[in-house]
Amino acid sequence: MKVLYFALLRERIGVPEETVSPPAEVRTVAELVTWLRGRSEQHDAALANPAMVRVAVNQDYAQPGDAVRPGDEIAFFPPVTGG
Amino acid sequence: MTVRVQLEDFDTAHELDRMTAGQTQIGAVVTFTGLVRDFANPATVQRMTLEHYPGMTQRQLEAIVAEARQRWPLDDCLVVHRYGELVPGDRIVLVITASAHRQAAFEASAFLVDWLKTKAPFWKLEEDGGQRRWVEAKASDDEAASRWNR
Repeated sequence: MKVLYFALLRERIGVPEETVSPPAEVRTVAELVTWLRGRSEQHDAALANPAMVRVAVNQDYAQPGDAVRPGDEIAFFPPVTGG
Repeated sequence: MTVRVQLEDFDTAHELDRMTAGQTQIGAVVTFTGLVRDFANPATVQRMTLEHYPGMTQRQLEAIVAEARQRWPLDDCLVVHRYGELVPGDRIVLVITASAHRQAAFEASAFLVDWLKTKAPFWKLEEDGGQRRWVEAKASDDEAASRWNR
């Protein structure tokens, strides 16, 4: 699956996107976050505070219990500040 | 109904004329223009970079415009949101709503702007001299948006 990072999360993790293949038991957004946090200290720090992280699955807002599947585009970003 | 996410500036009068030309059923048009304002005190050399999530931005903006059309009897609606580098005084967002009656145009405009502030995937990076800072989301924007949840 493709994982994208935006704004402060992109800067903290150090890459705008990566292609990852988590194990089959990673089935939800929350499980993916836990797995991604194990990838590096940067991932761990950037994704540590759920209040500062929003998630989109295939370009729609998602919640921790929502499903993630191989081939999905998952994006992580801070609360938005447009307008 | 049009949604555009673009680097370039926009011309409010031109967009307004284009929307209303020949559309004599329209009785009210509300235009909202958001500007980049001074964010440092005292003001120094500053600029802002607006980042977005290209595919998702267009998709989410189209969804909210569709919802506004369901809630209010709109004849037309335009949302233009810029990204990239901007300086204080620059136009950043344009929302135009047109309806037979003013109340629908006013309410739909407020709905769209409140939603833009809280859901559209844009992030502001402010630069003030050597300092750079990601703008944090405001609780007051969430409160403003929550009044439409009914």
